[in-house]
Amino acid sequence: MSGRHQTVAGAGRLIAISICRDRIRIAIWVGAIVTMVWVSALSIKGLFPTQAKLDAAAIASSNPAVVAFNGPANALDTIGGEIVFQIGAPGLTTVGLMTLLMVLRLTRREEESGRLELVRSLPVGRRAPLVAAGAVGFGASIAAAVGSTVALLATGQAAVGSIAFGLEVGVVGGVFTGIALVAAQITENSRLASGMAGAALAASFVIRAIGDMRDSWLSWLSPIGWAQQLRPFAGERWWTLALDAVAIAALSAVAMVLLDRRDLGSGLISSRPGPAVAGADLGSPLALAFRLQRGSIIGWSMGIAAAGATYGLITNAIAGFVRDNPDMADFLASTGSASLIDSYLATSTHVTALIATAAAVQSILRLRSEETAMRAEPLLATAVSRSSWAWSYLWVALATSVAVLAALGLGLGLSTAAVSGQWSIVGSVLIGSFIHLPAMGFAIGFALALSGRLPNLAVGAWALVAGGLVVALFGPVLRLPRWTLDLSPFEHVPLFPAQSVRALPLVVLVLVGMVLAAIGIDGLRRRDIG
Amino acid sequence: MTEAIINMRGVGKSFGATRALDGLDLTVSAGEVHGFLGPNGAGKSTAIRVLLGLLRIDVGTARLFGGDPWIDAVDLHRRLAYVPGDVTLWPKLTGGEIIDLFGRLRGQTNQRKRDELIERFELDPTKRARTYSKGNRQKVGLIAALASDVELLILDEPTSGLDPLMEDVFEDCIRDVRRDGGTVLLSSHILAEVEALCDRISIIRSGRTVETGTLAELRHVTRTSVSAVTQRSVDLAGLDGVSGIITDGNRTHFSVDNVHLDAAITALTRGTLISLTSAPPTLEELFLRHYESESEAAPRGRDNSVTTSAIQLP
Repeated sequence: MSGRHQTVAGAGRLIAISICRDRIRIAIWVGAIVTMVWVSALSIKGLFPTQAKLDAAAIASSNPAVVAFNGPANALDTIGGEIVFQIGAPGLTTVGLMTLLMVLRLTRREEESGRLELVRSLPVGRRAPLVAAGAVGFGASIAAAVGSTVALLATGQAAVGSIAFGLEVGVVGGVFTGIALVAAQITENSRLASGMAGAALAASFVIRAIGDMRDSWLSWLSPIGWAQQLRPFAGERWWTLALDAVAIAALSAVAMVLLDRRDLGSGLISSRPGPAVAGADLGSPLALAFRLQRGSIIGWSMGIAAAGATYGLITNAIAGFVRDNPDMADFLASTGSASLIDSYLATSTHVTALIATAAAVQSILRLRSEETAMRAEPLLATAVSRSSWAWSYLWVALATSVAVLAALGLGLGLSTAAVSGQWSIVGSVLIGSFIHLPAMGFAIGFALALSGRLPNLAVGAWALVAGGLVVALFGPVLRLPRWTLDLSPFEHVPLFPAQSVRALPLVVLVLVGMVLAAIGIDGLRRRDIG
Repeated sequence: MTEAIINMRGVGKSFGATRALDGLDLTVSAGEVHGFLGPNGAGKSTAIRVLLGLLRIDVGTARLFGGDPWIDAVDLHRRLAYVPGDVTLWPKLTGGEIIDLFGRLRGQTNQRKRDELIERFELDPTKRARTYSKGNRQKVGLIAALASDVELLILDEPTSGLDPLMEDVFEDCIRDVRRDGGTVLLSSHILAEVEALCDRISIIRSGRTVETGTLAELRHVTRTSVSAVTQRSVDLAGLDGVSGIITDGNRTHFSVDNVHLDAAITALTRGTLISLTSAPPTLEELFLRHYESESEAAPRGRDNSVTTSAIQLP
């Protein structure tokens, strides 16, 4: 046994344990991605039975607004090209999110909880847990890649293109596995590690949006962007895979080096001493809930503002596109839809607001995670009532919603105004953003109702966000029946400024959200804690 | 007699098919330090969480300061402080911040006591909770509880993770509390701690109280182990209440029911005593007897379990 082998001893068993522990999670993620590919392919085949229809769609969708969301418009006159385009950057981002969450769960979260220490006391090498987490991430990427290829083949797509698309899925998963491995080494705080990796994913999406719109080199700075440069079904450029291989190897190596240079439990950023005495403000459950989530609120707001600002920068390119393509403008006018700019702003706001809802849901679910972490018990053993404890988290979740929607409205509005010179647009973008507050409140109420009544199913609140995103991003492509779309509270939000504001659905959302919150608080007062 | 601060009668609580509490009785009077003893999983923490109003009981009555711990939770909590056995803290707050926070949430802080306790427990209050060891997290919980001027301390295995020096500090603090008229419910399986601190003891097993009383009362109903050297060998076989006799020439070792102690010693004097050592039963023996009597000790018989004087407990 040489020393070199010692550092990865036990990795095989750790992989088996990790897969066993997270088998349902892995199966759901991979299954969802493969299903999405398969259903998209079937649906697009059905949607465009003739080449003429396909050609018409190709013209309609190759505008900068759509490109900003989906990616480069290659070979849209073929079914394969259309499928790849429609799944596009949001689909690849989902793959990246899968591996990020999976890997961070197995690395920094295990370390922070102290479980890794126990594992490392066994005959397990220093690098083995990292290797195992990486293997699970890469394995899930490979599974998603193979599944996607098979799904495309099953719907009758060409073999070469199908394989290329599978590789596209696989390499995005692989690169974000590497990014997560590095993020896990940097900070000792698992939430912060998730935040950093999530920011890298969001930046990858946004950078390629700008790059793809201008057809510039910027796309090559984004792992999602350069993966799309493989161009499945559109003259595959296999050499781009070399870039992925180098990136994956480099990120893994960096993670290893960082791991070798630090102590267990520590990060590159170590925590500094803090105040010996609590500030005068830290004296109520509300102040505590706010204090615990302050960093998260600021981080989310900055991220959402940056995403909004990026979308704003693209607005001018869309205006230019409409100027240069009078046919397109006529086409849009003939369908009776709003101006392309308004549609673009409304859609950007809608999708970003949905992502921002994750901040609100994460915030209210802290109520439940405080309980499972056994931190609620000593708190409720003081003169704090259960309802005031729950209310404090409700207030912070609502404040988080307001903060992220303000960040979205200001980021998107100000940058749109800056590039277009139309400062009056800031107001309507802000309205379009804040109009999502009732739907976010609904999501918060739903999560609170679960936490109070069915605490073991509290994480199910994420299904509302995930479902809302699927419906918003892929609803038209998947040709989901109307009633399934209506299940998502976000589908009832008027897409201002593209649509006019209707008060009724907003009022209903607010009322139902309040009832759900009341059910949750009532449940929390009646049940056992812990 | 003053009204009991804690009064639980026939309390039952089930989690699904598991009966965590099965007719538990517990009485703690004002001003006493009450030891709450039992093996892991006996239901000590469940009982405490009932008293804190975190769990709702299925049957029986539970009263705290004469009130209902479930309904009057907030008002009752102003009068008590609680330390769990495994203190979990918010990773990004400092120890000092958490101590102050708990004081404020309870509605009272004694700044002088707080600073004094931080000094006595040698805690660095500027460190983030993330970086505290188990023992240091426990210190944060203890300081937060001890720094408040409450009537009742509910401590659930509070010294787990503390080093022996800090255990001594803790014991001093509890003595101070008792001197000042405070009441303490101390759940523990560190018997030396209970023996050193507690006025009365309740032993629970499988969610049920098996014995309660002062240490003296509990010892009264148990056995004393005796080692003697006599000039002539003595045969004690057949004496009432004597068992586990080991004879080695004129050295004799045995254990005896306390009610038969006098007869046994009289029998020894017939051989003319040269030396005599008698040891009162330790809490370990009491504890083991209650713990083992209904489980693995049954086939071995009660007597043997008591005479095993070299009982090894942590």
